[in-house]
Amino acid sequence: MKPIVVLVSVDSNSVLLGARHFLNYLKDLVKEYNLESTVDVLETGSMGVYMEGVIFTILPDGVHYLVKKTDDVKLILEEHLLKGRKVLSLEIPPERIKKTVEVEKVAEETRIVLQNVGEIDPMNIEEYIARDGYFALAKVLKEMKPEDVIDEIKRSGLRGRGGAGFPTGLKWEFTAKASGDQKYVLCNADEGEPGTFKDRLIMEGDPHSLIEGMIIAGYAVGATKGYIYIRGEYYGSIDIIRKAIEDAYEYGFLGKDILGSGFSFDLSVRLGAGAYVAGEETALIESIEGKPAKPRLKPPYPPTFGLFGKPTVVNNVETFVNVPRIILKGADWFKSFGTESSPGTKVFSLVGNVVKKGIVEVPLGTTVRDLIFKFGGGVEGGKKLKIVQTGGTAGTFIGPDKLDVPLDYDSYQNHGVSLGSGVILVVDETHCAVDLALNAMKFYEHESCGKCTPCREGTKLAVQILERISKGQGRKEDLDLLREIAKAAGETSFCGLGQSIPVPLLSILENFKEEFEAHIGAEGCPVGVCKFEKPKKKKMYSFRRF
Amino acid sequence: MVSVEEVKGIIESVRKERLEERDILINVLHKMQKHFNNFIPPEAVEIVAKECGVPLSKVYEVLTFYTMFSTKPRGKYIIRVCASLPCHVTGGREIVETLKEVLGIDFGETTEDGLFTLEKTSCLGLCGVSPVIMINEDFYGNLTPERVREIIEEIRKKERGEGK
Repeated sequence: MKPIVVLVSVDSNSVLLGARHFLNYLKDLVKEYNLESTVDVLETGSMGVYMEGVIFTILPDGVHYLVKKTDDVKLILEEHLLKGRKVLSLEIPPERIKKTVEVEKVAEETRIVLQNVGEIDPMNIEEYIARDGYFALAKVLKEMKPEDVIDEIKRSGLRGRGGAGFPTGLKWEFTAKASGDQKYVLCNADEGEPGTFKDRLIMEGDPHSLIEGMIIAGYAVGATKGYIYIRGEYYGSIDIIRKAIEDAYEYGFLGKDILGSGFSFDLSVRLGAGAYVAGEETALIESIEGKPAKPRLKPPYPPTFGLFGKPTVVNNVETFVNVPRIILKGADWFKSFGTESSPGTKVFSLVGNVVKKGIVEVPLGTTVRDLIFKFGGGVEGGKKLKIVQTGGTAGTFIGPDKLDVPLDYDSYQNHGVSLGSGVILVVDETHCAVDLALNAMKFYEHESCGKCTPCREGTKLAVQILERISKGQGRKEDLDLLREIAKAAGETSFCGLGQSIPVPLLSILENFKEEFEAHIGAEGCPVGVCKFEKPKKKKMYSFRRF
Repeated sequence: MVSVEEVKGIIESVRKERLEERDILINVLHKMQKHFNNFIPPEAVEIVAKECGVPLSKVYEVLTFYTMFSTKPRGKYIIRVCASLPCHVTGGREIVETLKEVLGIDFGETTEDGLFTLEKTSCLGLCGVSPVIMINEDFYGNLTPERVREIIEEIRKKERGEGK
């Protein structure tokens, strides 16, 4: 390695802020100034926090700069790299980045999933290997029997990070015990829960951890083929994962007789095409089979009857990435993070009206308040916090009175605050609960696959009613009607999509009841968001005379 | 005109990714759509059905189920606007209004000059820089109504330049 290293974040979010452009410019400048022998310019994933620019980190100095324009790049080169002087005007105080002096202790201890994101070049397999990458795979293949792997994962208490929280080890055990001439390992990277972008940043920052986790899963359950099903819109992730798979083949971590163990595993990418419901595991399986992503009747579950009718493991990106860490450091180490029933960490996406939007990894059991105020820097523009939606659009809407609930897999059951996919959507006082509920239900209406009636018709009716309330034409009985629809859809829908409708709808009706009531029979929206309309006069139809 | 050879060529290039007999249909359709400028012509669908050994009706079932596919011609630039809550609460509403105004079309429509199609999409997973839109394969974040006007104007200028 060269004496000076400049790390540039090139995840999707940073690219939007000009990261590629700045990176190429810096590389050109380094050539122009003949600094090639001393300065290395490397790409890295997300640093976890977004401001109005791209973060450049200079090592070994440990200085972070916020770059907004090409002139800034030149200034850094001329001042810092050439003359060794800090550019104070561009420097970001370490505490504004999460991986910093003050938070560093916490960050170091809790960055399990994200340990390489923002630290290595995702396109370079050797950097991953240099950080003990594929060591867990080697350990598994050389020292462990498939049952040992399953036992270790079971003992770790790892639960599915996609939202449902099913124990991963148990899922693997079912699949291992199921009989079938062919078994599959699928990665659900169809990240569609609004507000969630952790899987994108993991794939774009550390693709090999995911691949390694999947190969280990294959060995444990006896599967020799796997697919990563990525959302069709995630162009950046698709390219990076494809490159990583190619490299893993070249280095002999994929393909036949991996590391001389006799175990073979093939991996391929499949694309989604714009269907939220494809995130439901059986719908995802249908989609890989080249069919519409409509969920199957369960049971049978994928571990016994999955892809092409064969035993199949389906796990989320974040779940797989935890696996190599657990194998290398042990289940006991993993259990030292998080809570008794929910061990480990969770990657949260902080979005909406929060100061520092981005992803943050903390132990399970962290409170909503800490996430918003300690890591997110509070509400943007000094406004008052009004609503938080946790867990995504299929998650709960809560008010400021529930901020001290620790988030884990039991928090929905115990406190009515869902963990879901780990979204913390912060909404300030300028927004209206009815408008949010309408948006959430429109999402459901659009994404309902149409297979079963309660979901297809229920979402349509809920949208109609909420539209009427938001136009000032709500009726007294409307709130009860909404509750009834939510309950019916929750109890009778075919799959998890429709079954989850009551979570957002009932929670917002319950926690913001007064705001809904204030829309009915009133002159205007209390916050001024909804535009009230006078009801149109009904046209009188009559038969036209010819 | 759609030639059998070019469609077969595309299918062949995707076959490399195949692990099982029947697992490439959606990847094929993605590539096909990109090749034919944002939609899949009926002639191509027929060839895909034959080559992949899937009944024609089943291919259409897939094409019409997924929102990213289109069987009708669309604009040269597909603008996908995130309509989910994280964008909605950070100025997304204004972005939608501005786009409709600047383009003079509603969701699902194409401008008369055939340049733009406006579509609504669910969360694009770029909430760190919300509000966000996507134009073909490019993303634009931290948007304001002014920035949206600029972006559209830039594309229009580029297209006018090429037409001369």
